Amino acid sequence: MSSPLHHETLAALSAKLENRTLTSVELMQTFIERTRAVDGRVGAFNSFDADDALEQARASDARRAAGQARGPLDGIPIGLKDVIAVEGQPLTASSKILANFVSPYDGTVARKLKEAGAICWGRLNLDEFAMGSSTENSGTHVTRNPWDLERVPGGSSGGSAAALAAGAAAAALGSDTGGSIRQPAALCNLVGLKPTYGLVSRYGLIAYASSLDQIGPFGRTVEDAAMVLQAIAGHDPLDSTSFRTEIPDYRAELGRRKGPWKIGIPKEYFGEGLDPEVSAAVQAAVGHYRGLGCEIAEVSLPHTKYAVGSYYIIATAECSSNLARFDGIRYGHRSAKASDIVDLYFQSRAEGFGPEVKRRIILGTYVLSSGYYDAYYLRAQKVRTLIRGDFLKAYEKVDAILTPTSPTPAFKIGEKAADPLAMYLSDIYTIGVNLAGLPGMSVPCGFTKAGLPIGLQLIGKPFEEAELLAIAQAYETAHPWYQRFPKLD
Amino acid sequence: MATTPELNIDHVAKLARLALTPEEKATYSAQLGDVLAYIEQLKEVNVDGIEPTAHAFPLYNVWREDVVGPALSVEKALMNAPAQRDNMVSVPTVVE
Repeated sequence: MSSPLHHETLAALSAKLENRTLTSVELMQTFIERTRAVDGRVGAFNSFDADDALEQARASDARRAAGQARGPLDGIPIGLKDVIAVEGQPLTASSKILANFVSPYDGTVARKLKEAGAICWGRLNLDEFAMGSSTENSGTHVTRNPWDLERVPGGSSGGSAAALAAGAAAAALGSDTGGSIRQPAALCNLVGLKPTYGLVSRYGLIAYASSLDQIGPFGRTVEDAAMVLQAIAGHDPLDSTSFRTEIPDYRAELGRRKGPWKIGIPKEYFGEGLDPEVSAAVQAAVGHYRGLGCEIAEVSLPHTKYAVGSYYIIATAECSSNLARFDGIRYGHRSAKASDIVDLYFQSRAEGFGPEVKRRIILGTYVLSSGYYDAYYLRAQKVRTLIRGDFLKAYEKVDAILTPTSPTPAFKIGEKAADPLAMYLSDIYTIGVNLAGLPGMSVPCGFTKAGLPIGLQLIGKPFEEAELLAIAQAYETAHPWYQRFPKLD
Repeated sequence: MATTPELNIDHVAKLARLALTPEEKATYSAQLGDVLAYIEQLKEVNVDGIEPTAHAFPLYNVWREDVVGPALSVEKALMNAPAQRDNMVSVPTVVE
């Protein structure tokens, strides 16, 4: 198989750098040219700094020439969602309130990528403050799906997914609070992994809902995702929710874990609202696992129907608290027309935040307000316990759970924009995983007749990413959908 | 399904320190009414005796040594401030 350099897997690019048939500067130049050629149509980037990226690439080539290459990611350009701090680069959360913000420090994942030699490449678009499922809520511009420019790339990490699918980066980082890595991965024919809560440090990630947010990788393949996860996973004293756990060699483990596995199919995830073509593709994947000798068992996650409701109470409550810091005082937009200090808060926030962020702040403030806390927030946290319990009970008899990632393929731009509830329901299969803190990933599992990508979700046991990746690769090896690329040329 | 709870948007917007236009108030009230009606279904769940989950993997007593570590310089800490003077963030008059 021969594909253009910008569509090659990270693993293949890494091998070429290693055996000196490619330099990092050549690779970076390729992605810069590709970005300039396609991003006018796709809109994945909020900004990029080609000179800085080429300087990082030259430094990588110099290290390699001196025999000091730092490992498989050295010299590889990786795109970052514009909520992850990289020192000296813009950090906007795709919000007007942070339009001129420049990071004074590196977030932990950016520091770790740099230590691995990777190039932090570009600031990738998202739904403002990661609140959305289509990237239409961005305060900068709409990102388009490279597979169909009339459709959304998913969200909130839509820029990360679109950049990788369009061949404008070798891999990307996103963040996932209710499906924001897995859903855009599914809609763009990519692998996307949301790690177990606590595996990857959140230090330097702009907070949306702190008890649910996790940073994770997008890759073309399972192996690519494993290679990026390797670089960013691990305990960090700067994030008190980060977990002390041994980090295996994910890439090496891929070759060692062969199954067969017991795979659970939750009947609640195959009901009303599931697109028939998505259902058929996912059922075909189930058949593949059965053919590999895996035992397929029906499991029940009885509280699934309450996941979206529980999520929109907990996430908005946390968001209303986290976004209170944007007050126009220390950083961010400050209104020029305020009459006094209190009015400055009201006006700066009114001018700086977009509609979806305002809606979620209002909802979150309401569910935490006096007289409503027990009825909403406390009850939602108790329902969260039940949802988590459903998964842990299922894991008494299965190794992993298999579901669709998204109920539908990519929808049309504007289709759900006026109906927040319809948009919220597009996360129905991904949200439970965040509430339960589990690792989940989306793997390409086919295309609709119209040529839109379909994703399969695999959900693993806590901190069992190595097993989850191996299960995903067991499908991917036989069904290399990643070898198909969108026709942007 | 239970009736939609009353959301007093003026009160909540004030708590959130958010100035809203009359059009925003009307739109958000209607949209959030739909969302709240949907959320009402949580009331069907029996949560008697169930402990709330704040974090999926709660960690307690996360300590570090009480030693001074690296911190942002004054220049970096102030580099995004909308207005500053004498190494401080400057704000409108708070007390006359």
